[in-house]
Amino acid sequence: MTKPNSERGKPDRPRLNPQTALRLLRYVGRYRLLLTAVFLCIIISAVANVAGSSFIETLIDDHITPLLLVPEPDFSGLARAVGFMALIYAAGIGAALFYNRAMVTITQGILKKIRDDMFAHMQTLPVRFFDTHAFGDIMSRYTNDTDTLRQMISQSVPQAFASAITIVAVTCAMLLINLPLTLLVFACVGLMLLVVRQVGGRSARHFMAQQKMLGEVNGFIEEMINGQKIVKIFCHEEQTKAAFDEKNDGLARQATSANRFANILMPIMANIGNLQYVLIAMLGGALAVAGVGGVTLGAIGAFLSLSRSFAQPIGQISMQINAVIMALAGAERIFQILDEEPEADAGTVTLTPAPGAEKTGAQDWVWQCPGPEGVASVPVRGQVEFAEVNFAYTAGHPVLHDISLYAKPGQKIAFVGATGAGKTTITNLLNRFYEITDGAIRLDGVDIREIRKSDLRRSLGVVLQDTHLFTGTVRENIRYGRLEATDAEVEAAARLANADDFIRRLPDGYETVIDGDGASLSQGQRQLLSIARAAVLSPPVMILDEATSSIDTRTELIVQKGMDSLMEGRTVFVIAHRLSTVQNAKAIMVMEKGRVTERGGHESLLAERGRYYELYHSRENADLSTPPD
Amino acid sequence: MSIIRRLLQCIGAYKKDALLAPLFMVGEVVLEVVIPFLMASLIDIGIDGGQPAYIWRMGAVLTVCAAGALVCGVLSGSFAASASAGFARNLRREMFSNIQTFSFTLLDKFTAASLVTRLTSDVTNVQVAFQMLLRLAVRSPLMLALAFAMAFHVQPTVALFFLAVVPVLALGIWFIMGHVHPIFVRVFATYDRLNKTVQENVRGIRVVKSFVREAYEREKFNSVSASIFTDFTRAEKRMAFTMPLMQFCMYACMLLIAWVGARLIVGGEMSAGQLMSMFTYAMQILFSLMMLSMVFVMMIISRASAERITEVLLAETDLTSGPDGATVVPDGAIVFRGVDFGYGGRSGKMCLTGIDLSVAAGETVGILGGTGSGKTSLIQLIPRLCDATAGTVEVGGRDVRAYDLTALRNAVTTVPQKNELFSGTIRENLRWGSEQASEAEMIRACRLAQADAFVRALPAGYDTQLEQGGANLSGGQKQRLCIARALLKQPKILILDDATSAVDMRTDAALRRALREELPAMTRLIIAQRVDSVRDADKIVVLDGGRVQAVGTHAELLQTCRIYQEVCHSQRKGGDFDETEL
Repeated sequence: MTKPNSERGKPDRPRLNPQTALRLLRYVGRYRLLLTAVFLCIIISAVANVAGSSFIETLIDDHITPLLLVPEPDFSGLARAVGFMALIYAAGIGAALFYNRAMVTITQGILKKIRDDMFAHMQTLPVRFFDTHAFGDIMSRYTNDTDTLRQMISQSVPQAFASAITIVAVTCAMLLINLPLTLLVFACVGLMLLVVRQVGGRSARHFMAQQKMLGEVNGFIEEMINGQKIVKIFCHEEQTKAAFDEKNDGLARQATSANRFANILMPIMANIGNLQYVLIAMLGGALAVAGVGGVTLGAIGAFLSLSRSFAQPIGQISMQINAVIMALAGAERIFQILDEEPEADAGTVTLTPAPGAEKTGAQDWVWQCPGPEGVASVPVRGQVEFAEVNFAYTAGHPVLHDISLYAKPGQKIAFVGATGAGKTTITNLLNRFYEITDGAIRLDGVDIREIRKSDLRRSLGVVLQDTHLFTGTVRENIRYGRLEATDAEVEAAARLANADDFIRRLPDGYETVIDGDGASLSQGQRQLLSIARAAVLSPPVMILDEATSSIDTRTELIVQKGMDSLMEGRTVFVIAHRLSTVQNAKAIMVMEKGRVTERGGHESLLAERGRYYELYHSRENADLSTPPD
Repeated sequence: MSIIRRLLQCIGAYKKDALLAPLFMVGEVVLEVVIPFLMASLIDIGIDGGQPAYIWRMGAVLTVCAAGALVCGVLSGSFAASASAGFARNLRREMFSNIQTFSFTLLDKFTAASLVTRLTSDVTNVQVAFQMLLRLAVRSPLMLALAFAMAFHVQPTVALFFLAVVPVLALGIWFIMGHVHPIFVRVFATYDRLNKTVQENVRGIRVVKSFVREAYEREKFNSVSASIFTDFTRAEKRMAFTMPLMQFCMYACMLLIAWVGARLIVGGEMSAGQLMSMFTYAMQILFSLMMLSMVFVMMIISRASAERITEVLLAETDLTSGPDGATVVPDGAIVFRGVDFGYGGRSGKMCLTGIDLSVAAGETVGILGGTGSGKTSLIQLIPRLCDATAGTVEVGGRDVRAYDLTALRNAVTTVPQKNELFSGTIRENLRWGSEQASEAEMIRACRLAQADAFVRALPAGYDTQLEQGGANLSGGQKQRLCIARALLKQPKILILDDATSAVDMRTDAALRRALREELPAMTRLIIAQRVDSVRDADKIVVLDGGRVQAVGTHAELLQTCRIYQEVCHSQRKGGDFDETEL
């Protein structure tokens, strides 16, 4: 998809968006009050520091020299002065401690807020986003990119503020002494800014490329470690390493360039400062000798020391630029996620418990449809209708053509056909993982686009071929279907799915912790758990997409009874290649290349002697030995 | 300390840069110390003394010095950048290489999410610390030393106060570090949890959305991010004492100097000018110490990261090639002798017990068994994805542990239940089987695996780009590609671990026929749910509860094995509905 920035940065030159800094500031703005206190403390700490310098200047004149004149020196005056200074220093240290600690709270609070916002927003993104982004690259934004903000907020912000104070104070002082010389200083500052723009800009580009490469590396590692079994089976370690090296080298190249430009900024700035010093001395000397503009030698001396204190904060700021640029590069990637368009959900129809009905039992729910004449209640029955549905994942490449079907409440509809014929796509459309291009899908007569997405999905139970379990106990994984389910209900669902037996044989039974997508469970066991998870939800409509493909037939026979009771009274869409699962369906849809080519009951389809018949009987052709009995 | 030694080894070819960076830094620091002296004399002699010629001369000297400092600074910065980025590169590279040797037990111990954090976040922490070390660790102590030297030169008695501060500081920093380090160790473990939560959420997003669990997931995530917040805040708040501690020491020092200095001046042992310069040095020392404190902070943070990195670097896999392992696998015969196996080792629960089994080269063996009966565990032992807990597994008449791992795994190929295809084109994925495979070989493998026809039907054929994990292919298509990929390796033993579960019966049969006819010498182990898939096997092994219940042909087992009869019975009525594949 996105290609890494090439060495010369020609093909796509990432540029920092000034908006990024503003958006970041908005996060900082949440801590307005604390930040004000921080700035106050910075000022106190700076004042203490300045007071220290001026104390030293006056120390000798006011407190030491007078003592030299008296025969019996009385040190109490000096003691008072030192004591007073100690108090000021104590205040300074206290202020420094406070603002350093407060900045920690602010920084970590912002990082937490950004992570939480990002995750919350990610939950609203369409499935397509996840299908098209590398998982590891998404993960990188929560760690590597968010981390870049840490140093910037905790150190750069307070330091920039402290430096700004100094710069303002010094500028005022300089203007009071001499205007032409001040202009010379400004010219040098202009030069410094130019350098920052040039070098900093280059650094920024490479930092952005670095964060992007870091994301790619993260993605690669994530994919390869999860596929480590395949890597081992194919002895692909060396090739994997080579591919990794390539990405790793790219990252190192960008990191080197980014840091190089950032690192050279400080010496350049410092020495422009030195150069400025020399220029002032020469120009001031010349002016003084020529007697132009009333420049005195004393004024030049004072001006020179001021210009030193002017260059120092600028140098300090430029030291932080590195952190700032990197943070902006990271922030840009974070905002990319936050700017992703969420799933469209214009639905207003909601799912509510039918009046008087107990909360359990799916049939006791109603759709609340707000219309011009007030809210109409439609009972949830599980009637599904597809009306001339067309769909394409990418525009111009239609996957489904004119799909029309009607499922009465409680009916079982089976989809059969070649893999890739579009069966799974149909289920993706029903729960609106993807939006249909054309036509309509109606649930209990309500267009599903008018139903609030969360309510639509709550009414559909799904068991997918690719089971996904989460880190947690077995019980928590089943309860995922309905969070308020009691322990007894969880176990009942497990029994229904015939998972109870094996769960009880696990070391800690229902409390056994599943880690890393249940790698310690067999594929079949995971499918049983995901069936139990759907069973505990008890929805009016169920979608079973190859839900039992990895369960052995003997177990399936046992599960079947449970499945039958699970399906009873519900509308069920089932995708399976096992005849036993399909045969007793009310209607069987034979799909081919995105179209329904045949439909009907098992017997009537056989009688039609069409494609279904052919498929059904091909079984015998395929078998080389005679069937048992 | 072995951690540091192991890390330093990773600097490798960047040693030169790592040495040049501080070297040029020394040049820069020396010039930086010289420049103020020159400036002072420029003011004293040139301006206060009213000598324009001196101003010009000194100006020229200063310009040269500034240029020298600039060059040194730029070079030092550049070398520091390349050294630290190169160091990070080598760290990632060596970690990744070592991970490639990990056994599954080790991978499970580390977990994928944690390895990802270690390879990125932790390396970044160390990289930043290293760069800081190269730049400031030289600069600050050097400045410090120069300032100390000057102070001693001016007034040794007063300068001793500076030295008195050092143990206080050292103690303070040691105390802070001791308190903060354990928290950072915990913080990074929480980072792993953060990564895992995001990973599970992203991978299982269809489940999350189907069950409308966005809010629940948010809560889960928020609790992880909250514990990062709490721990990080606690650790950094403690570290926030470093700077005030430095300030305290220096301010105390200055006040002491003021007090003692005054007495010395009154006593006539020191001049007022000397006192002034002592303060200047005090300020310089303070500044250097503040820089050093930043280095310390970075070191504290990166210490936990460095430990996590070395853990990966030093982890040794328990699965290694035998010494002088045999590189030739003579044939595809397999023998299990008294094999026990458990994922938790000897102490854990056994998944397999007392397995005795022998398979001749070129045989087709079916393996049947209930969900969780140990089928997958059994076949994992053959290519040594795991090692038997007790007993031996032999391939080609030799203990599998006596082979070179690569040779063994090249000869034994498994097609697992869970299909893993990688981002890239179909062709690239097939090339995993054999790098040098010709077009003809690739097409032949796909034909055998019954995949050629559907691949050709795809818009870009063999060059079709697969989305992550092959999200744009159907289950059956993915399975057949995985089989084709395995065939390209031309293994002596092919293990299909329920690898055709989504493939229709007719295609499945065609596949088995093709394998038997075209690759007769290859031993085939087929785990299947369908009796039809194994009925024509030379022998069928029935597993139950981790034990071999029966071995025999279809006809024999029908007579003797109750479980087998039940399995057949369960499939007699139904069997499979044939999807015919494209």
